[in-house]
Amino acid sequence: MGSEADTGIESPDGAANPIQTDYEIGQDNIQKEIGPFGLDVHNPVFLISGLAIVAFVFLTLAFQESVGPMFNDLRGWLTSTFDWFFLSVANVFVVLCLFLIVSPLGRVRLGGADATPDYSYSGWFAMLFAAGMGIGLMFYGVSEPISHFTSSFGGTAFGDDGMRTDWAPLGGAAGDADGAFDLGMAATIFHWGLHPWAIYATVALALALFSFNKGLPLTMRSVFYPIFGERVWGWTGHCIDILAVFATLFGLATSLGFGAEQANAGLNFLFDIPVSDGSKIFLIIAITGVALISVLAGLDAGVKRLSEINMVLAALLLLFVVLVGPTMDIIKGFFTSLVAYVEYLPALSNPVGRADTNFSQGWTSFYWAWWISWSPFVGMFIARVSRGRTVREFITCVLIIPSLVCILWMTAFGGTAVHMVTDGVTAIAEAGLPIKLFTMLEQMPLQAITSFLGIVLVIVFFVTSSDSGSLVIDTITAGGKVDAPVPQRVFWCTFEGLVAIALLLGGGLGSLQAMAVSTGFPFAIVLLLACYSIIQGLRTEPKAVGANSEATDSTK
Amino acid sequence: MYQKMLVPVDLAHVDKLEKAIQTAVDLALHYKAEICFLGVGVNTPSDVAHTPKEFEQKLSEFAKDCRTKFGVTATAIAHISHDPAVDLSKALVAKADELKADLIVMATHVPGIADHVFTSHGGYVASHSDLSVMLVR
Repeated sequence: MGSEADTGIESPDGAANPIQTDYEIGQDNIQKEIGPFGLDVHNPVFLISGLAIVAFVFLTLAFQESVGPMFNDLRGWLTSTFDWFFLSVANVFVVLCLFLIVSPLGRVRLGGADATPDYSYSGWFAMLFAAGMGIGLMFYGVSEPISHFTSSFGGTAFGDDGMRTDWAPLGGAAGDADGAFDLGMAATIFHWGLHPWAIYATVALALALFSFNKGLPLTMRSVFYPIFGERVWGWTGHCIDILAVFATLFGLATSLGFGAEQANAGLNFLFDIPVSDGSKIFLIIAITGVALISVLAGLDAGVKRLSEINMVLAALLLLFVVLVGPTMDIIKGFFTSLVAYVEYLPALSNPVGRADTNFSQGWTSFYWAWWISWSPFVGMFIARVSRGRTVREFITCVLIIPSLVCILWMTAFGGTAVHMVTDGVTAIAEAGLPIKLFTMLEQMPLQAITSFLGIVLVIVFFVTSSDSGSLVIDTITAGGKVDAPVPQRVFWCTFEGLVAIALLLGGGLGSLQAMAVSTGFPFAIVLLLACYSIIQGLRTEPKAVGANSEATDSTK
Repeated sequence: MYQKMLVPVDLAHVDKLEKAIQTAVDLALHYKAEICFLGVGVNTPSDVAHTPKEFEQKLSEFAKDCRTKFGVTATAIAHISHDPAVDLSKALVAKADELKADLIVMATHVPGIADHVFTSHGGYVASHSDLSVMLVR
């Protein structure tokens, strides 16, 4: 059985090849009673990330004039200067994932050759989808295809300096409605398809591999063991973990703040509920409250159940739009968009020599930085629920299936909306981002029911991000322990709500979101290293799967 | 009076279990009952074990030590939970029924103010199990 004799570590289920290290999980943790509550947190990750977050919130609130623009400039500078880097890195992830599907390394099973999956396909898929992008689909599913269609249809425009001033992807499709439709859909799917899911899949695979097969704690730093060796338990690792907590908490808190604004706009549109700080704060408190109930109920009874409810609601809404909307157009559109995506993919993902700088820097590069800054959170969460899957199964379910679902979603919502706009329903194009979905649903029958379903979905998606995010942050700040005392996850969940409220009232949601997205840059660099770790880690795993596994002693 | 005692153990804090285990052993010897040590582990590497398999192994070793040390009949059952911080108490109650135990002996802390907000595992088991529960403080 593996190498248990020389490591003293019992192999996971079946053959696997754990990493030999003297590090004991929890050895750096502080365990003590603070007041009536027990505490079990990593020193210094918990304290530093907590204090740094508070400090950043105060700085942003106190020096809004100078700090806000600085973060925005930083984000803008990173995504425009390093656009080639972001685009290349994302391409690397896609190639790596596709390679792993077909390579013999895909036969490695997460958790050891004989491990059995923790969750059924439906529960697993619901969780990874809800954590991955659920909420974004609600907001951008209608608006993004319209934006790209409109800019493509408008064609190219040049400024005095000869640079393009239009936002059209690639060369645009001036005056050609069908061409603009295809290009617009391809560009949208590009941003929501293989690339983002490949980013998540890479991070999640790395974490799952190093935790379940190699026996290292479930935190970001473990992934870098093959590169930094024992140093990952020191400051190198602390920095990686702190950055992960930082990006996750600010990402969650700012999107919670913006989400409250958007949900408020939606409620205003539907039920005339006034748009005010009061209603937004009420929404944040309500969302955080439900998220708290969910984290207190635990992973299975809380997060998993909510994700499944979400999945059913989203499927209902999708089915409704497909059946009640232009059914044949959507079915046809699914395939034409898929073809257009494949056709434009090489040009859209080309990292250098792009003429469409507004599009490639303002949209693509920004998106990639955004997905990458989310990846520690989503990756950790996906990893945690993926034990027992083979690498091939894992990538198929985290890369291919979600991409197809996104294409279907974008075709059903975005494609239908674009057709409505070309048919003269300008209200959709003119509506603000948060209510675009609702203006579209207004054009269909049973608007009251579907809009209500839509707003419920938006809120439940926020709850699932908030609760799974709290679990992830709690695990990282507890040094990889998933069984830290419950008050800790309550703390992170509440903290996130408070940060959102502070930023909403004091201003600074935008600038701190820009900062959270900026963390995508350092992460892009470390994740590139993680690709090496994955290959290295997989190569030392016995490739056999299932009962007929032949446990091979693989040499390091 | 008792045939099978369920004794939940937390391998990360064995030092805090001494009194509960001594109590369980004395009862077991008195009633000629069997002790069943129940450990709840996780799938991810923890401070106790790197894998569920290793967790099982450590638990059996723990039971074996008790057998030789105290001369009682003791077995070990490992239960792997997705989220033990929350699901632990429920798992204990369910496992006790499943194993047809007739007494639960477990260590717990002296209740404090926090127990009004977050129920202790012992408190939960005592109020939710049909069996006799002995909480050792």
